[in-house]
Amino acid sequence: MELLLPEIGLVVFQTIAFLLLMFVLAKFAWKPILASIKEREHTIDEALNQAELAKQEMVRLAAQNEETMKQARAERDLILKEAKTLKDSIVNEAKQQAHTEGAKLIEKAKIEIENQKKAALAELKNQVSTLSIDIAERVLREQLADKAKQQELVAGLLKDVELN
Amino acid sequence: MDCSHVFDFKVSRLIVVFTLFLAFFFVTPLLYAQEDTLKTTEAAHAEPEAEKKFNLGKFALHHVADSHSWHVFGDYTIGLPVILYTPSGLVFFNASEFHHDEEAKVVVERAGQRFVMAHDKIYYASERANEHGAYAEHDDAGHVKNARPLDFSITKNVCTLFLSVVLLLAVFLKVANGYKVRNGKAPKGLQSWFEPIIMFVRDDIAKPNLGHKYERFMPYLLTVFFFIWFNNMLGLIPFLPGGANLTGNISITVVLATITFLLVNFNGNKYYWKHIFTPDVPWWLYIVLVPVEIIGIFTKPIALAIRLFANITAGHILVLALIGLIFVFNSVFVSFVSVPFALFIYGIELLVAFIQAFIFTILSALFIGMAVEEHH
Repeated sequence: MELLLPEIGLVVFQTIAFLLLMFVLAKFAWKPILASIKEREHTIDEALNQAELAKQEMVRLAAQNEETMKQARAERDLILKEAKTLKDSIVNEAKQQAHTEGAKLIEKAKIEIENQKKAALAELKNQVSTLSIDIAERVLREQLADKAKQQELVAGLLKDVELN
Repeated sequence: MDCSHVFDFKVSRLIVVFTLFLAFFFVTPLLYAQEDTLKTTEAAHAEPEAEKKFNLGKFALHHVADSHSWHVFGDYTIGLPVILYTPSGLVFFNASEFHHDEEAKVVVERAGQRFVMAHDKIYYASERANEHGAYAEHDDAGHVKNARPLDFSITKNVCTLFLSVVLLLAVFLKVANGYKVRNGKAPKGLQSWFEPIIMFVRDDIAKPNLGHKYERFMPYLLTVFFFIWFNNMLGLIPFLPGGANLTGNISITVVLATITFLLVNFNGNKYYWKHIFTPDVPWWLYIVLVPVEIIGIFTKPIALAIRLFANITAGHILVLALIGLIFVFNSVFVSFVSVPFALFIYGIELLVAFIQAFIFTILSALFIGMAVEEHH
């Protein structure tokens, strides 16, 4: 039973000591400690949020990069394709042109050749005619050197002439 | 409000089971012990004053009670200062002047007044000694009937109280300093040791019971938690810096429970008082319910005080009883059983030291929480 009776001295000392302890600790320990913990928790929360945001941003950037790459690749392909068709068309055109040009040249050459041939032939004809007249003249001159033969020729020529 | 979760801890249940288990083993040897004591008593009667017989009850109660001297080792004890408030003023002297007297046989005279000490309590001495040489009157039960001066002595418990206050201040001011030095950085050393416990008090005791108003009561809850825990642990140290059963002393627990009582009732809002004086029941039930509620205001803190006191004292008595068994049987072989058992209880006491601090704090938080709760 004695254990259950509070002792006045201990009660007084305990009240004073405990209240003193509580006020000193509240002001110099609990207040700064709890404030620091709270602040740190806040900082950690914020940092985590920031990290989450950064992660999302990174994912977004990666997606964007991928998209850009894809676009670039498609564009390159397109350009290459275009270049190829352009090249083909140029080559074709060149070929065509060369062909027609060649054909034209050949045509021209042919005409020239023809012309030259004609000219040559005309020349030849002229020469032949001149030559033949020359020959004829000489032959005639030779033949007509004597009188008999001149007579005979005239007679022969006259025989051919029909009097109408 | 549902309070059942407070008692629904696995640890508590485990302890209850263990205690019952132990009690089973306990009662038997104690019965034998009693028989044995009876026999030795008879023997002592047969050959009177042969040997001073060992009284387990007295031994245990003496060790859990407060004292005017502090045992160091062997026969060496420190006498502590005695401060008495008497009608003729304050009286100071050292308790060693009583020469460890327990039977009111040594009289100390100061300022024209005579004092005796019996069972570590100081009384005004009787005019003359009785037939046993004691300057005190006893009633039939053997208790001293003499009047007592108001005793403000620095007893063993008061010393421990001051020691624990200094220890708590040293520890937590250092912890607080850690937050200043490493502001915004990770905790280190003592700081990192106590931070989880402070967080535990905040997140598991204060916040669930007090809601958003928890911050106002944090200083009290933290102080009371660490005060009880530190003193429970100090009480488990069997030699000098510890050795006092501070939290197992009703004076200490009564003061703590009174502070909780005052906090509850001064912070009680209109819903709290309405719940007590005009509860939501038919008016004719008020005759029963209102007195019950009013009694409830007082029984809650009383239960707090008794619970802490009884748990800590019981643990100490258990250990003392186990060790005392050796002397009851007067055989060193008993120690092979009782020392391991005492060690086991000690281990449990380490848990109880924490759990009781936790329970006192969480119940305080719960009672305050019930008083400040807003009803919508």
